[in-house]
Amino acid sequence: MILFDQVSKRYKGGNEALSNVNFHLHQGEMAFLTGHSGAGKSTLLKLIALIERTTTGNVIIGGKNLNKVSRHTLPYLRRNMGIIFQDYQLLYDRTVFDNVALPLIISGFSSSKVRKRVHAALDKVALLRFEKKYPVTLSGGEQQRVSIARAVVNKPALLLADEPTGNLDPDLSLEIMDLFMAFNQVGVTVLIASHDIPLIKQLGKRIVHLEHGQLLTADEN
Amino acid sequence: MASNSSSTENRVQLRQLRPSFSSRFKEFFIRHLQVFFYSLGLLSRTPFSTLLTAAALGIALALPAGLYVILDHAKQLSGDFDSINQISLFIKKGVSEKSISKLQKKLSTYPEIAQVKHINREDALKEFQENSGFGDALKALKDNPLPHLLIVYPSLTHNEPEQINQLLLDLKKLPDVDLVQLDIQWLQRLYAIINIAQRGILIIGSLLALAVLLIIGNTIRLAIENRRNEIVVMKLIGATDSFIRRPFLYTGFWYGLFGSLIAILLVNFSLMIISNPLAHLSSLYNNNKLFSLGLMGISSSLTLLLSGCILGLLGARMAVGKHLKEIEPK
Ligand SMILES: Nc1ncnc2c1ncn2[C@@H]1O[C@H](COP(=O)(O)OP(=O)(O)OP(=O)(O)O)[C@@H](O)[C@H]1O
Ligand SMILES: [Mg+2]
Repeated sequence: MILFDQVSKRYKGGNEALSNVNFHLHQGEMAFLTGHSGAGKSTLLKLIALIERTTTGNVIIGGKNLNKVSRHTLPYLRRNMGIIFQDYQLLYDRTVFDNVALPLIISGFSSSKVRKRVHAALDKVALLRFEKKYPVTLSGGEQQRVSIARAVVNKPALLLADEPTGNLDPDLSLEIMDLFMAFNQVGVTVLIASHDIPLIKQLGKRIVHLEHGQLLTADEN
Repeated sequence: MASNSSSTENRVQLRQLRPSFSSRFKEFFIRHLQVFFYSLGLLSRTPFSTLLTAAALGIALALPAGLYVILDHAKQLSGDFDSINQISLFIKKGVSEKSISKLQKKLSTYPEIAQVKHINREDALKEFQENSGFGDALKALKDNPLPHLLIVYPSLTHNEPEQINQLLLDLKKLPDVDLVQLDIQWLQRLYAIINIAQRGILIIGSLLALAVLLIIGNTIRLAIENRRNEIVVMKLIGATDSFIRRPFLYTGFWYGLFGSLIAILLVNFSLMIISNPLAHLSSLYNNNKLFSLGLMGISSSLTLLLSGCILGLLGARMAVGKHLKEIEPK
């Protein structure tokens, strides 16, 4: 599902954020990406979401080489991915419902389908009763769950999350991780960047460790 | 799709739930309609600044539109005068009445000529004696000093200035004709002035259309700047450029529409203000037909509306095309 083939990324005016990374995540697999601050975790996720492009090497997602994806086809690729950001990236002038509905509206679903799907997604993150609220009136954990609902509402094959539990207390963090595990169980490929080593060790999934842009343990199965 | 994955990975196509084609087709229109009114809703959230922008557009559009309407009326007015276009042919002395009536018949068959009237020199003298007050003095003359006169009325299909000029040249060449005279040269001058004014309006109109484009472009640029975060989020979740562009295009459309509505109000208001003194002025000239402006016609109003909307869309398209690319997720 995700294949990194000798990938290096050098930011303009910076040193290498990723150097010669080889990494393979199978379909239906779930993995955690760890490493110190500045190790390159976010960079790796950004390469998958095509927010950044590789300097050298290939990233292949679902058989598609991202170097070959043009500006024009990029949006259609992103629709296949659910992306969860540490800072949620919600629209604060729209209700929770409208935020979660956005990916469906972009894809052109009918209003009745949109309503059904959004309700299902909000139900999964236990936020159904907040659908008419605005994100600012929600707590950080609730906003994070809204962003998760938005990421999964389109039923993507791949779920990416960057520090999804960064701001949350341990109980809530576990709850969120359980949510990801549940998505993984129904076949979604999941890749999560996280600092929280004790938490992710507890979950018994593959752990990928980055250090100064280099992959240390790939635990390949 | 085509991929050059050299890996051993058995290709796993990303599956994605997609709405059916017909559903997307139908949704496309529904969404367009929604965005259409959504963008109107956005504008109504800031009524004051929307009104200010629309007023600026209205003024920019009203100026050329108003001038055009006035010019249009002036042209129609000069058209009315065409019917009194007439050419006097003074016949050479010594030409017999018989050849004059022959000439009269011949001229009547010209397609450029509607009618030819013969004014007999004896009749003309009599009339002159009766009306001029010099009757007795004229009676003292042995000979009638007046020539025979043919009055030529050009046909309505041939009363453009150039055609009249050509007719004048042709008439001058006639052997029996001494002098050809068109008394209403001022009409030609009016045409010339109208011609210049038309070009002037074209120039003013083009400049102000450019101003409208710039105003709308700049307004949309600010709107894009204000919604930068939203655009980033949209792009992150897979919105195409055209999807993101849409509300801004409609915003430009609304601005163009409001601007041209204001322009129509302004033009009609101005016409109402000047129509009374103008009617008074024309009555002083004792015209049987009063020069009145009335209001803007339906077709010029629609033209103005349409130009406003097109300029709005165009200005927005330019701004969006330039600025959306610069906003990318980081
Ligand atoms: N836009 C950028 N321009 C230049 N350098 C960057 C940019 N983004 C990241 N970097 C650099 O690349 C390296 C990796 O950054 P990255 O954000 O991937 O780290 P990270 O592992 O996500 O760290 P954190 O845990 O703090 O989020 C860092 O040295 C960082 O300074
Ligand atoms: Mg990071």
